[in-house]
Amino acid sequence: MTRLSRRTALFTAAAATVAATLRVRPARAQAAGPYSLPPLPYGFDANEPHIDAQTMMIHHDRHHAAYVANLNAAVKDYPQLAAMSPDALVARLADIPEQVRTAIRNNGGGHVNHSMFWQIMGGKGGAPAGALADAINRDFGGFEALKTQFNRTGAGVFGSGWVFVTVTREGKLALAPRPNQDTPLMDGGRVLFGNDVWEHAYYLKYQNRRPDYLAAWWNVLDWTKVAARYDQAKAGTLTI
Amino acid sequence: MAFELPSLPYSHTALAERGMCQETLELHHGKHHQAYVTALNGFVEKNATLQGKSLEEIVKLAHGDASLAGVFNNAGQHWNHILFWQNMSPTGGGIPGKLEAKIVADFGSVAAFKDAFKAAATTQFGSGWAWLVQGSDGKLKCTKTPNGSNPLATGEGKALLGCDVWEHSYYLDFRNRRPDYVQNWLDKLANYEYALSQLG
Ligand SMILES: [Fe+2]
Ligand SMILES: [Fe+2]
Repeated sequence: MTRLSRRTALFTAAAATVAATLRVRPARAQAAGPYSLPPLPYGFDANEPHIDAQTMMIHHDRHHAAYVANLNAAVKDYPQLAAMSPDALVARLADIPEQVRTAIRNNGGGHVNHSMFWQIMGGKGGAPAGALADAINRDFGGFEALKTQFNRTGAGVFGSGWVFVTVTREGKLALAPRPNQDTPLMDGGRVLFGNDVWEHAYYLKYQNRRPDYLAAWWNVLDWTKVAARYDQAKAGTLTI
Repeated sequence: MAFELPSLPYSHTALAERGMCQETLELHHGKHHQAYVTALNGFVEKNATLQGKSLEEIVKLAHGDASLAGVFNNAGQHWNHILFWQNMSPTGGGIPGKLEAKIVADFGSVAAFKDAFKAAATTQFGSGWAWLVQGSDGKLKCTKTPNGSNPLATGEGKALLGCDVWEHSYYLDFRNRRPDYVQNWLDKLANYEYALSQLG
């Protein structure tokens, strides 16, 4: 798929989701520009009690919305950049004009990371199955071992950042912590899933206890969504 | 001797009416700062070359050394928070005449100083600090550092004021609104008497 048609498809899907979630929350005014805040695919309270509704609301409607608005502002005078998908932008930072490179790194990263993040939550936890479970067993020594290593890595990120599991076209998995809004997409990698360990992701409910948040987060994962991303990675169609 | 958490120079409720609630101060001092002190002591215990050194020496020694990143983060945050508690006051916000004259001389006006400080604080992406420092040329300037870094490590000058912009500093009181937190900090919390006492 070309970059342009991929983005058109993304926008069509986003528009459909807007209609589906209007009952849950009012649509918010968006800053003008090519990038838009994807609506949450579930209600703010869908991840209770592990992630509280107020945190979800502020995180999506304020933090993520700010990344989108700032990204739109960054590409305003660069039509060629504005025509690129957000994942293509962050994958080619070296080619971005220096005046807007940091803004695109921070806000483009913030946009793709959070778009992925909403997608994989809203579930009931449990355990992965099928080919994904096999890959986790092969690359981490089991689901429990993955959780332990992932939580330890997330707790070890000093300051704001993310902990990701990356996936290759061959389906190989690995842990990848990143600072701030950096993403493995910036190094040519692909993200299977990841958890936001900025304090804004957990402070209202967990305060300083990041390890408790990391442990509880697995309860809201939607493994159907993660498995679909795994299939897309192997098919070469996984983007954000 | 192990590093210790200094006690707060005011009560946990002392800043509540000025925009920093009791719970924020209890968590920030008793949990966050304490965790940096505990982690730093753990590093020192395991590393003979750090033993017997002052906090300042450890910050400078660990700066830029990737193998000592954990030491730097926690030593830096211990140093930063010691300053931070002294940098706030239940009667904060008022700028003594002598400091005001210096601010006007170096920034043009108090408003220009606050704008520069706010710009540093709000453009520090992710966790970090904003500073009012006096450079080696004697002039005041506003700077920013990520995570646990500080002007002592970067050599940018003497820190007169340091404002913590990690989200834990303001999330309970201001949520995502960092600009409002910083404005309030400058107007109602900052201890400019302390800043003046550090002026060279
Ligand atoms: Fe976030
Ligand atoms: Fe702090």
